[in-house]
Amino acid sequence: MRKGISEMKMFLHGLAALGLGFSLATSASAAEYPLHEPEELSWSFSGPFGTYDKGQLQRGFKVYRQVCSSCHGLNLVAFRTLEDLGYSEEQVRAIAEEYDIEDGPDEAGDMFLRSGTPSDYFPAPFDNPEQAAASNNGAVPPDFSLLAKARAVERGFPTFVFDIFTQYAESGVDYIHALLTGYEDPPEGVEVPEGTYYNPYFINGISLAMAPPLSDGMVPYEDGSPETVEQYSRDVSAFMMWAAEPHLEQRKATGFTVMLFLILFGGLVYLTKRKVWSELH
Amino acid sequence: MSGGHSTYTPKSGIGRWMDARLPLPRLVYDSFVAYPVPRNLNYAYTFGGILTLMLAVQILTGIVLAMHYAPNTELAFASVEKIMRDVNSGWLLRYLHANGASFFFVAVYIHIFRGLYYGSYKAPRELLWILGCIIYLLMMATAFMGYVLPWGQMSFWGATVITGFFTAIPLVGEWVQQLLLGGFAVDNPTLNRFFSLHYLLPFMIAGVVVLHIWALHVTGQTNPTGIEVKQKTDTVNFTPYATIKDSFAMVVFLFVFLYFVFYIPGYLGHADNSIEANPLQTPAHIVPEWYFLPFYAILRAITFNIGPIDSKLGGVLAMFGSIAVLFVVPWLDTSKVRSAVYRPWYKLFFWLFVVDAIFLGWLGSKPAEGVYVMLAQASTFYYFAFFLIIMPVLGLIETPRRLPNSITEAVLEKNKGEAPASAQAREG
Repeated sequence: MRKGISEMKMFLHGLAALGLGFSLATSASAAEYPLHEPEELSWSFSGPFGTYDKGQLQRGFKVYRQVCSSCHGLNLVAFRTLEDLGYSEEQVRAIAEEYDIEDGPDEAGDMFLRSGTPSDYFPAPFDNPEQAAASNNGAVPPDFSLLAKARAVERGFPTFVFDIFTQYAESGVDYIHALLTGYEDPPEGVEVPEGTYYNPYFINGISLAMAPPLSDGMVPYEDGSPETVEQYSRDVSAFMMWAAEPHLEQRKATGFTVMLFLILFGGLVYLTKRKVWSELH
Repeated sequence: MSGGHSTYTPKSGIGRWMDARLPLPRLVYDSFVAYPVPRNLNYAYTFGGILTLMLAVQILTGIVLAMHYAPNTELAFASVEKIMRDVNSGWLLRYLHANGASFFFVAVYIHIFRGLYYGSYKAPRELLWILGCIIYLLMMATAFMGYVLPWGQMSFWGATVITGFFTAIPLVGEWVQQLLLGGFAVDNPTLNRFFSLHYLLPFMIAGVVVLHIWALHVTGQTNPTGIEVKQKTDTVNFTPYATIKDSFAMVVFLFVFLYFVFYIPGYLGHADNSIEANPLQTPAHIVPEWYFLPFYAILRAITFNIGPIDSKLGGVLAMFGSIAVLFVVPWLDTSKVRSAVYRPWYKLFFWLFVVDAIFLGWLGSKPAEGVYVMLAQASTFYYFAFFLIIMPVLGLIETPRRLPNSITEAVLEKNKGEAPASAQAREG
């Protein structure tokens, strides 16, 4: 028996050495894009009790309307849902009316433009992807409806394990914020393709076709928030998170009730189990 | 075992009338109330019940989702978003269904590993094991086709890559691939047939589950000692003992599952699937869902030609082989002792196999280049060596530890320290 144990020990030591060799080998693998990891910000909607900051969503919506909407669509979002941002029914109606929506055909068989109603969706800025590409140096500006869920920088081991417990689900907004604030001059000796802009936070290369879209003071705020690129990008990222996940608050609130119920119910079931089995011996 | 006499006695007049015509209450009573289970089952044995629960969750949420989903390449992506935004509790149904698939696999992997650990596949339970392998195979097909339905980038490109495997098969490969796709590339006919099959297969799974449970009730359950039931004190009635223990395990499992659903619903998915499918734009890395990653790593580990078999066919054969080998496990294991509890070396190799499988999963998520290829090859070698070398050889040379004479004796030995006075086996 003793001999058996020492044999197993030797086997395990050999195994550990092998494992160390493997881990040294993997750490030498090449770096990929993005060059810089996005900074993790604290968002009002993160964590188990997260909620959207309505003031922030309204500011973000303003940035979207005044800056981004000329190129980026919001195809899946209906005006009626803007009430989530804290607007009244009248305000939503007024916002919708500012947009021209194509409708028809009318009695003569022609399409016509009318002003929007709350049940309409945000109209697309371009008629088709070809037109969008033609006006944007060959790159189609992505739609904003789901972008906050459609971008994620790989987290790597062991961070992705910790993310389960910290409930980290903000990689999309962290990435968007990092990208919007991350433009800089290319380092010496780095050639950037013509018509693109260097950004070490970009997920797909060293530069992207979008010029730095934000500058300090370009969107006036009424609530006294700083009119800086930093603040604009935080606000528009939060707005995009709402656009991508409009039921987030309801989801987390329901989750809390469900978790609480399961803990109590599970406790009762466990006590019952103990009682039933204790009578066996 | 259920071969024993039925102890059901209908108490009411209606019960007797029913029993003489269609003894369904008797079947339920014999199968889920009076059915004897070994008294020493631990929580690893609760995953069969959990899997039944997950199958029910998937079918129920799936039926409602299908009421709102449009299986058409022009409409599919938007219809899923409609469910997420406008359908009452649609976001909940979809997150339950998407994460439910993942947790179905979490449960099935624990269930399979439990079987491998305690030697549950050994005679007379070979058919029970094979039926389980068939269920697992059907689950994989169902999950793969379900992942295509939201028509995101990863749906489309995953489907393109996986159906592409079939072209490696000589002679009939192209034909099989075109039959699966309904054309020459993933397109509307593919989406239509995948939706149809995704709706059909779960009911086939349910059918095989019935056979699986039937076979289980013929042979009876194994238990951590691996010793067959010998006397009445070895067992307890399914109800209330197993029922309440399974219920508690289900609540704990639901807690973890719903934690993901409500707090990190996108954790197990992929960001690229929030982008609508675009046949003209290939994602930087095409990765399948996490539960396929070990097999994906095995597929890509074969980077060399073996005689007339080129690396592509070799990879496909290795991948299918890694699942096919499960079917013959009952005949690969030569050990006379069933449970790993009494097999120190098998226990060690088993846990190495678990680590190896998880490591293969991690490798599957990495690009197939550089050092990852070599690591995947080493891990693939161990995967197959575990089944084809270790299982047959170890059974012949290993000296097992002393086995208790019966389940009751094992339970009493274990309880000795805890409750010396009251530890008496009671008849009945």
